[in-house]
Formats: sequence, structure tokens, C-alpha cells
Amino acid sequence: MHGRLDDSALPRPRLEVDGVTLQYRTRDYAVRATQRVSFDVHGADRFVLLGPSGCGKSSLLKAIAGFLSPVEGEIRLDGQKVTEPGPDRMMVFQEFDQLLPWKTVEQNVLFPMERTGKYSGKDARERARRFLDKVKLSKFAHVYPHQLSGGMKQRVAIARALALEPRVLLMDEPFAALDALTRREMQQELLQLWDEARFTVVFVTHSIHEAIVVGNRILVLSPHPGRVKAELNSGDFGEGAEAGMAIQALDTRINAMLFGEAAGASTGQSQAGSVHGGH
Amino acid sequence: MAVIDTERPTPPQRPEIVHAEIAAGDQKLVETPLGFFERIAASEGLRKLFIVAMLGLAWEIYGRLLGNDLIFPTLGQTLVAWVDAAVSGTLINRTLTSLRVLGIAYVIGVVLATGLTIVAVSSRLGTDLLSTLTSMFNPLPAIALLPLALLWFGIGITSIVFVVIHSVLWAVALNMHTGFLSVAETLRMSGRNVGLKGLPYVVYILIPAAFPAILAGLKIGWAFAWRTLIAAELVFGVSSRSGGLGWFIFENRNQLQTAHVFAGLLTVILIGLAVESGIFRLIERYTVARWGMQR
Repeated sequence: MHGRLDDSALPRPRLEVDGVTLQYRTRDYAVRATQRVSFDVHGADRFVLLGPSGCGKSSLLKAIAGFLSPVEGEIRLDGQKVTEPGPDRMMVFQEFDQLLPWKTVEQNVLFPMERTGKYSGKDARERARRFLDKVKLSKFAHVYPHQLSGGMKQRVAIARALALEPRVLLMDEPFAALDALTRREMQQELLQLWDEARFTVVFVTHSIHEAIVVGNRILVLSPHPGRVKAELNSGDFGEGAEAGMAIQALDTRINAMLFGEAAGASTGQSQAGSVHGGH
Repeated sequence: MAVIDTERPTPPQRPEIVHAEIAAGDQKLVETPLGFFERIAASEGLRKLFIVAMLGLAWEIYGRLLGNDLIFPTLGQTLVAWVDAAVSGTLINRTLTSLRVLGIAYVIGVVLATGLTIVAVSSRLGTDLLSTLTSMFNPLPAIALLPLALLWFGIGITSIVFVVIHSVLWAVALNMHTGFLSVAETLRMSGRNVGLKGLPYVVYILIPAAFPAILAGLKIGWAFAWRTLIAAELVFGVSSRSGGLGWFIFENRNQLQTAHVFAGLLTVILIGLAVESGIFRLIERYTVARWGMQR
């Protein structure tokens, strides 16, 4: 089904998305968001779902989180079928209002730990402090979210998710609402965090450049309905001019994949090539 | 001279300007202390106090010009009556009776409203139930139910509690429900993401997230309840030995103690103000204002 030959040589995947078809209803239609999408995410993967709007990448992430049930196929975490939302799949959303405005930054990080009972008391507070330190927000522990900038709010959301040590961290275009400079900074910080903690993350984006920078494995999806076009390797570009060339080449390749050869040649020049449109 | 093309205007060429010696952070330019009167004028409380003082002055002048303390006692006479009634204990007793009845009815009303709203958010039928009930009963003035209440519960505290509950329940439930519905989808998902559902989900996510609307509902409910209570007490209280503030007003009108009637009305207003700008303002400051959910 996966169309890969040497699956047997790999360890058991952390997360299996197996022939998943997603559908949602509007008033008059049942709209198919994805069509039999399959992929495996392994431990410590930085797995990126990339595609234009309408390719169902966010729906896929919501299905993994348990907010959406597939009409066909299934999603398994450590071999267990996903049926409902749970703290083993912590999600970081694009919107800044994902933090609880009535709790301080520290309380926001503590909240999932205490509610799930995974960590409590001194242990939880110590973890909250450690993860806030990691995202450089120790100074703002007792501040309410509305006093923070967009980038800081996203950092809190990341700290909150990581502090719970989820099996998979789900990120739904977490940096899309940030300004270009902050976005770049956040991508680097995410990579640093990953380098220290080696968590497993599924990351949704519509920016080819972001996919290449953040991911080690990129799932390219085509729109209407979302189907898998390719699963590519990224990362390990090394340093300097050669790395730039390699990144550029991958960018062009993905562009061509999504929009055909002509589009690939013309828009491949843009450094932060986003996937716009979707037809 | 360049010829100006009116069809396709281009901006004129100018030399660049660079200010080389700007010292960073001139504190005097950034902050100037406000003058004494500017500061006083900036205080909302003081401004309102000024208005109240002016109104009081107008009252006193008009009362003296009229010179008929049976129809319109002056502010001075009213205050004397107020102190007199307070010292003799009647006013304080009456007020406490009113507040006690109000407290009981308000708490029951809010609890019922909360229950109804939780039912309403957890099923579609519940939503329909709430919206039908509120659209039926919200426009019905609570005081109109008093005759019926007297028939059911007799003359006494139960009847008053019943109508006051009616005045609180629908307003609070309506606001609470609207508040719950307007909680952002992302916030809901971050709650469910942690595995919250059922009552914990309502308690830890929906109620605090909808708190601005809930607080607005509580305020409206309080205002309705207070009005209904005083009105209901005006109608009877005769045989319940300890009447409330409404009864105090009615009693004194019958004895043509107009200054005391004014004193009773003044108390109604003062308690309204105290709750509104004392208790509720304080709650706002420590909740929704601090959380940045309301200015």
C-alpha cells in the first residue's frame, strides 16, 4: 500500500497514517479533503506536510490530533488506533488565541501537566520553568498572554506542548501569522529545541522554503482532494554556498512537482517560495 | 526647467537629509508631568462626584424654593430622615431583609441559569429548549407573575423569591449561552487536546473563556433582580412582619412621611451604585481586565 520496497528494514513507525480519506460537510455537499493518504512518521522525525490550500494538510493534522475521524483508513500512534484528542499528541495552532487568556504564561504551561495528571506539584513547576527557559521566556512567567507579542505567544504554546513530552508534537502552520523576521528566528529556535530534545514533530506549512528548512522528510500533497505526490528527504545541506544551491534545487523540484515544469522554472527563483493558489 | 507631465506625474528629485547629531532618548521630550488640574480632570470618579454634587445642589435649591416638604422635601430633610431611620434601626433592618431575599433568589437564579446553559451547550435539543424558554419568558415582566406566585406560595418570602428568580434566570442564561457559543474554536481545541471533556471542559475552558459575557449577564441579572424585588415588596409585606426596602417606602408614603420615602429611594439607589461600581467593578478589574479580555 505504501509503495515502498524496504519497509521491513525500518523500525516500527511512531505514527502511521494508513489510507486515510477525510471528508467534511458543508450545507449542500460532502467535501473530500484527502483521498487515501498514507505515510509513516518515525521517532525524532521532523515530518512536514506541504501543499497548497485545499490539499487537506490541516485536516490531516486535525485527524491525527483526533478532532476529525477518517471516513476510510485509520491513524495509529504506537500501533494504537487514534479515536479522540489526547495529550500524547499536543498541538500548536497557528492562531495566537490558543493560550488561555485567564492564566499567566507559567500557568498556561502548567495547565496541561496538571489536568492530565502526568506531572504535578513541584515536578510540574520545575518542568514549566525549564521549558520556559528553553524558549527564552523565563522573565515573562507571570505575565498574562495579552501582554505578549505574537512570536512570544507561539513560544509559550511550544513550551506548553513540549513540557508534556507528547509522543508526537503537531504544529499547524505555527509561524504563518508571524512577520518574516520573527518567523525565520522561530524556525531556527525550533531546530535548536529539536536538536536538544529530539522530539517527533509533524509540521504543516504552505511555504516550500519553510518545509525545507524545518523538515527532514517532506510529504508533498496535491489539492482537491489531497493526495500524496511525493515523500522527499530534506535536511543535511551542510554549510555555505553549496547548501544554498542544494536548498534552491529542492525548492525548484518541489515547485515543479506542484505546478508543473514551467512554473517550477519561473517561480523557483524566489527564495521563500510559497505555494500560492491551488489550481 | 523640467516639463511637468500632468498625465503621469513623477515626484520631484530632492537632496537627501541626514541628521548626524541626534542624542538618543531625551527624557524631557518623552515624558512631561501633568498639571494638578489635568490630573483631577482625568479621574472619572472625581468627575462623577462633581456631577452628583451639582445635582444635590439643584435638588436643595428647588426644594427650598418650593417650600412644600409633603410633596418634595429638600436634600437636607431627606438626609435627616435617612439618618433618623438608620439610627432607629428600621431602615437598616428593612435593607438587610431586602438583601437577604435578593441574595437567596439571585444565587438560586444563577445556579439554575448555569445548569440550563450547560444542558443547552451539551445537546441540540437543550439549545432549542433554552432558546424557546428564554424567548418566551424573557419579555415577560417578572412582577406580572406576582399574583400567580401569591396564589401558589401565599404571602411571604417564597413568592418574592420566585419572581426575583424569574427576573434573574433568563437574562443570565441568555448571556451565558451567548458567551459559551462565542468561545474561539482554537481555544476549544486546545482544551480538548489536553483530553478535557464533559464537565471539566465546561469548568476549565468554557466558563473562564466566556467570563466577559457571563459577567455581563450577572450584572444585568442583578439589576433586574433589584428592581423586581423593590417592586414586589411595594405590593405587599403587610403581613410578613419584616418587610423590605420596598415596604419601607410604601409604609412611609402611607404615613405621609415624604422625606422618609425619599430616604428609602436614596438607599435603593446607593445600594445599586455600590454593587454596580463597587463589587462588579472590582470583579472586572481582577478578572477580565487583567486577562486583557475587556478594557
